[in-house]
Amino acid sequence: MNREIAVVAFAQTDHRRTSDAVSEVEMLMPVLHQVLERTGLKTADIGFTCSGSSDYLAGRAFSFTLALDGVGAWPPISESHVEMDGAWALYEAWVKLRTGDADTALVYSYGKSSPGSVRDVLTRQLDPYYVAPLWPDSVALAALQAQALIDAGTTDEPALAAVGARSRADAEANSHAQLRGSVPQGDYLVRPLRTGDCPPIGDGAAAVVLAAGERARGLCERPAWIRGIDHRIEAHGIGVRDLTDSPSTRLAAQRAGAYERPVDTAELHAPFSSQEVILREVLGLDDRVRVNPSGGALAANPIMAAGLIRIGEAAARIHRGESDRALAHATSGPCLQQNLVAVLEGDPR
Amino acid sequence: MSAILKAPLTVEFPFTRSLGPVQSAFLTGLRERVVLGVRAGDGRVVVPPVEYDPVTAEEIRDLVEVASTGTVSTWAWNHEPRRGQPLGTPFAWVLVRLDGADTALLHALDVPGPDAVRTGMRVRLRWAEERSGAITDIACFEPYDGEPEEPAGHGGEFAEPVTGIVAPARLDYTYAPGRAQTGYINALAERRNVGERCPSCRKVYVPPRGACPTCGVATAGQVEVGPGGTLTTFCIVNIKAKNLDIEVPYVYGHIALDGADLALHGRIAGIPYDQVRIGLRVEPVWTEGARYPDHYRPTGEPDAEHDTFKELL
Ligand SMILES: [Zn+2]
Repeated sequence: MNREIAVVAFAQTDHRRTSDAVSEVEMLMPVLHQVLERTGLKTADIGFTCSGSSDYLAGRAFSFTLALDGVGAWPPISESHVEMDGAWALYEAWVKLRTGDADTALVYSYGKSSPGSVRDVLTRQLDPYYVAPLWPDSVALAALQAQALIDAGTTDEPALAAVGARSRADAEANSHAQLRGSVPQGDYLVRPLRTGDCPPIGDGAAAVVLAAGERARGLCERPAWIRGIDHRIEAHGIGVRDLTDSPSTRLAAQRAGAYERPVDTAELHAPFSSQEVILREVLGLDDRVRVNPSGGALAANPIMAAGLIRIGEAAARIHRGESDRALAHATSGPCLQQNLVAVLEGDPR
Repeated sequence: MSAILKAPLTVEFPFTRSLGPVQSAFLTGLRERVVLGVRAGDGRVVVPPVEYDPVTAEEIRDLVEVASTGTVSTWAWNHEPRRGQPLGTPFAWVLVRLDGADTALLHALDVPGPDAVRTGMRVRLRWAEERSGAITDIACFEPYDGEPEEPAGHGGEFAEPVTGIVAPARLDYTYAPGRAQTGYINALAERRNVGERCPSCRKVYVPPRGACPTCGVATAGQVEVGPGGTLTTFCIVNIKAKNLDIEVPYVYGHIALDGADLALHGRIAGIPYDQVRIGLRVEPVWTEGARYPDHYRPTGEPDAEHDTFKELL
C-alpha cells in the first residue's frame, strides 16, 4: 500500500539533570496527554502504539511495561517496543501505517539517565568479547573520533567549541532545553573533547502522533509528511570503520531522498560537537540550511528520546510554517554506528 | 508531602559467553602471546578477527598471525581512568593497526602524558603477567622504536583452546521510586497500606504506581485500604529459595485489601498450608522494625462470598 504518512503532533518534557520526584511513567504521562490533546484523539482512537527506551538506564528489567500504564492499555491495544531511541520506534510505526494496518500511531520514548553513570552504562552496548571488558566510556570513544577528524585536518578544537556555543545559543529559544545560552567550554573530559563538546546528562521524554493520508489533514492544519525514511548500520568494531566518515548516514539519506532537493532545516542528532562536523559534510548541508534551531543534542540529550525529538522538532517547524522541507537525523551506538534519516515536507503554500 | 525516597541499587552480572571458532582462536592466542587476525574476502586482515566478512557477510575462518608491534591510528587522552578500564593511571585510549593488519584494535597506551602520544607513533603490545584467554590478556600498549616484529606464522591451532569467557559487569545506580511509590513506602513505615484512586474510573490501586493502566491518567488522592483483605488466589511453594529463611511448603497468594481494586501479593501463614482457600479473610502481620508486612494471617471471620471479589481475580 502506498499511503502518505505525516507527523501530526509532537510534545516533549523539559529536560533536566535529575527528575527524582517522578517515576518514568509519571515523567512520561504529561507528554502523552499533550500530543493526544493536540490532535483531539483519545487512546482508544490510536491504531498502533510503539515506544523506545532502555532498561540499562534505570537498571531494571522490563521497565517499559510500567511506562505503558501511562498509555491506558486496557482494553488491549496494538503495541510494540524497541530497545532503542524512539526514532526507531517511529520507523516501526511508519511501516505499520504504510501496510494499512492502522491509520494513526502514537510513538513515545523516554530516558532517565540520572539514576546511573551514563558514560559507564553505555559501555554495555559494545562488543562484549573484545571491547566491553575494557570499559571504554561513551566520551572516550567520541574523543577517538574527534581526534581522527583533527588529524585529517577537517576540524580543530576552536571549530568544535563553536559548534557547542552555537547550539546552546540557539537553545535560548527552546524552553525545554537543559543547557541554554553561554556555557563555558570547560576542561577536557577525554582529550580532545571538553565539557562543552559533550551533551548534558539528563532525563526526559517525547511523543509524536503519526497519521495516514486524509486522516492526517483532519488532525493537523499543516501535516509534516514523511517523504522518505531509512536507517543503516555499520560494523560494530570501530577499528574497522573510517571514523571521519559516516557511510551509513549517506546511504540512509540517499534512500530517504534527502539529496533530491535541498532542505531548509536539519535537526541532527549529534551528541558530540565533532559528530555534527561529520554529519554536515556527509549530508551536504551548507550555510543556507538552518541546523539544529532547537539547540540539538548538545543542549538536551535525554538518551532514547533525543533522536525522536529531532524528528519532532523538524515536524513542529513545518507545522508552524517555519520550514517547507526538513531533514531529521537520529543516531545510536558508538561513533555514529547506526543512523536514521527522515525527510519531512509541508504542503506547498 | 514527605521527602522523595532514594536508595543505592547495584546491578551486577557475570555474563558467561561461548566463543565461536574464530573468537576462540583469537582469545586462546592472547593467552599464548600470539595475535591472530582473519583474512576477509577482499584480502584485508581484520584484527581483532570477526566471524563474518564485514563486506560480504560470508563466514570467514582463514586465521593469520600478525605482529605485536603496530602504529597508532588515532588516540584520546584519558586523564581520569574509570572503574574497569585497563590502567589505573592516566593513559591514552588508542586504536592500533598492528603490523600485518588492515584494521585497528582498541586498547590503552601507557605513556606519561598527552605530549607523548601522536597519531602515527609506533607502539608494542605489553602482555599481562597472568593470562586466561581474554582481551585483558593485553595489559596495554607501550611506545616502541624498533623494527616491526616478525610474526611466526601461527595457524591458530592450540591445545586446550578457550571456549568461553565470563565478562563481569557492575553498574551502580541511585534508585528513586517517584512520587506515588514514595507515598506508599512511607505509609508502610507507619504500618498503613495506602493506594491511589483514579480520578476517571474511581478504581483504587495498591501499590500505586502513579498511573491508571486502564485510563492512562495520573492517579491521585491517597486512600487508606485494609488492613483486612480477601485471598483471591494462591499457590503452594515447595522449593526453598536460596537465602530465604522460610520453611517449605508455604503459601503465596493474591490479597485484595478492603477498599482496593487491585490485589497485591504476599505470604499467607498462621494456618496449615492445606487449609488455605480462596475467599479466606486475612490481615497483615508486622514484625518489629520491618518496613512491610512479614505475612498475612487468617482473621477468623467467615470466608468472603465469591461475588464480593470476583472482579478482582
Ligand atoms: Zn482509571
